[in-house]
Amino acid sequence: MTWSPFSPGFWRSPLRGPRFTSALGLVLLVGITVLFLTGLVSYAAYNPDLSPVNDKTPDKGILGFYLFAWPTDPHWLYRLNQGVHVTLGITLIPVLLAKLWSVVPRLFTLPPARSLAHALERISLLLLVGGALFEFVTGVLNVQLDYVFPGSFYPLHFYGAWVFFAAFVAHAALKTPAAVRNLRRLRQEESSDLVAPRPDPPTVSRRGALWFVGGGSLLLFATTAGQNFDGPLRRTALLAPHGGAEPGSGPNGFQINKTAGYAGIVAAETGEDAWRLVVTGRTGTLRLSRAQLARLPLHSAALPIACVEGWSTSDQWWRGVRLSDLAALVGHDDPADVFVESLQRRGAFRRAALRGNQVADPRSLLALYVNGEDLSFDHGHPARVIVPAAPGVLNTKWVARLTFGEL
Amino acid sequence: MRPRIPVGSPFQLLLLAASFALAAYAGVRLLADDWFGVALWFVGAALLHDLVLLPLYAVADRAVVRGLGAAGHREWVLYVRVPAALSGLLLLVWFPLISGTVDRRYRSATGLSPDGFLARWLLITAVLSGASALLLALRLRRARKRRPPVAH
Repeated sequence: MTWSPFSPGFWRSPLRGPRFTSALGLVLLVGITVLFLTGLVSYAAYNPDLSPVNDKTPDKGILGFYLFAWPTDPHWLYRLNQGVHVTLGITLIPVLLAKLWSVVPRLFTLPPARSLAHALERISLLLLVGGALFEFVTGVLNVQLDYVFPGSFYPLHFYGAWVFFAAFVAHAALKTPAAVRNLRRLRQEESSDLVAPRPDPPTVSRRGALWFVGGGSLLLFATTAGQNFDGPLRRTALLAPHGGAEPGSGPNGFQINKTAGYAGIVAAETGEDAWRLVVTGRTGTLRLSRAQLARLPLHSAALPIACVEGWSTSDQWWRGVRLSDLAALVGHDDPADVFVESLQRRGAFRRAALRGNQVADPRSLLALYVNGEDLSFDHGHPARVIVPAAPGVLNTKWVARLTFGEL
Repeated sequence: MRPRIPVGSPFQLLLLAASFALAAYAGVRLLADDWFGVALWFVGAALLHDLVLLPLYAVADRAVVRGLGAAGHREWVLYVRVPAALSGLLLLVWFPLISGTVDRRYRSATGLSPDGFLARWLLITAVLSGASALLLALRLRRARKRRPPVAH
């Protein structure tokens, strides 16, 4: 019978046991809680309750219960939140894999259920394991632009997170007390179904195995985290999508999320003769050329680009017209929301909304220049929005139209 | 009398009921567009991991342990296992970039070259394996020095 995984003798590793599983479980308890919270924060950062164009999950119902007006301070808030979310998620992959390995004999438990509660718990474990893998896999694929999953990333990752979290909370509530007990009870004989009855001789100690898992996490962290910083640190992110080299040199040489070519921008539409910024508000509509915009009072702000994919740039030095000044030009001296439309043909956020508090921040600009030079085509020439602490996609590039007022 | 079906702890039952209710609330929204595709991914991810990925690496590991054990060098296992597992882990996580399946979209969207990923992964693998080989060589040398030759 030892050839069947349903027989306890089939499982030979001397490493398996409640203490090994408990140690990994407690790391995941903390780590996944942080992942879930930073995920919720990132969701709120899009201001989905502000306008339908910001909301990729219109049927969210009570799952949006906690939404709040996304602040503009501190200006690195989204950069930090998303850097933590993605980098931590990638770092936890070895811990998740090791945890699943440590409990795999339980998948083949006989009888399948000892009681009704046990049967339900095993169904819940399918949601837990399937949900964890679903979230990690969609996240890891999305940051690599590999959109093979069945649908749009936002609803899949958001609703998937809630299904996973529902099972995660139940699992944590049922298992955490035992996990803590297992770790407190040092150097005691373990009696558990996880311990192999006929173990092979060990090739590594349990402590060594935990170091090994930690080493895997450290390797992933070290080759990923650097994509949140410009300069030599970015080069340390050897395998991360926005690690390695910058896309160019000079003032416009920093990282690009979507190039002009990818967004379907045609050069003929952005020329000095063709492009006009259309600004609409209480007092009517203005059409401004780039030269006219450049004659308005210009202001500067040092702000990063921070992407939902978990990479960011250091602060860039933007220069342009304040969004609040443009609002005042069309009769909005009070804080007004703005509806931003881009020239881009493709992209889920080619139209986006910003809230009054974002428009009112003196660092929120319609930027014409970056780091002392004209914006490059790929960074949004002729003009782009830049707002402190906003997710990258809400810093609309190639802006064509701004409509101020209630959305 | 027929045997009664055991129910289990009421605390556990209530907790699981609450968990299922929340999961169902989010689940109907998750499945709203392409229920079959999403269900396939959700359940498929668990099955693929438990019944394919895990058995594959477990069998590979056991083969290394048995192979080196048969050669009388069971203590060398770690020197093979660690670099192989770390390299495999990087390949698993960054497979789309390393394998080049997203080359065109990556280049066109980010303006970055997709060419370096395979080379960098191979280099990391080479460094990990090389470092492991070096450590093993040092260990063997030390063991030889500590044990003087038996006869002259």
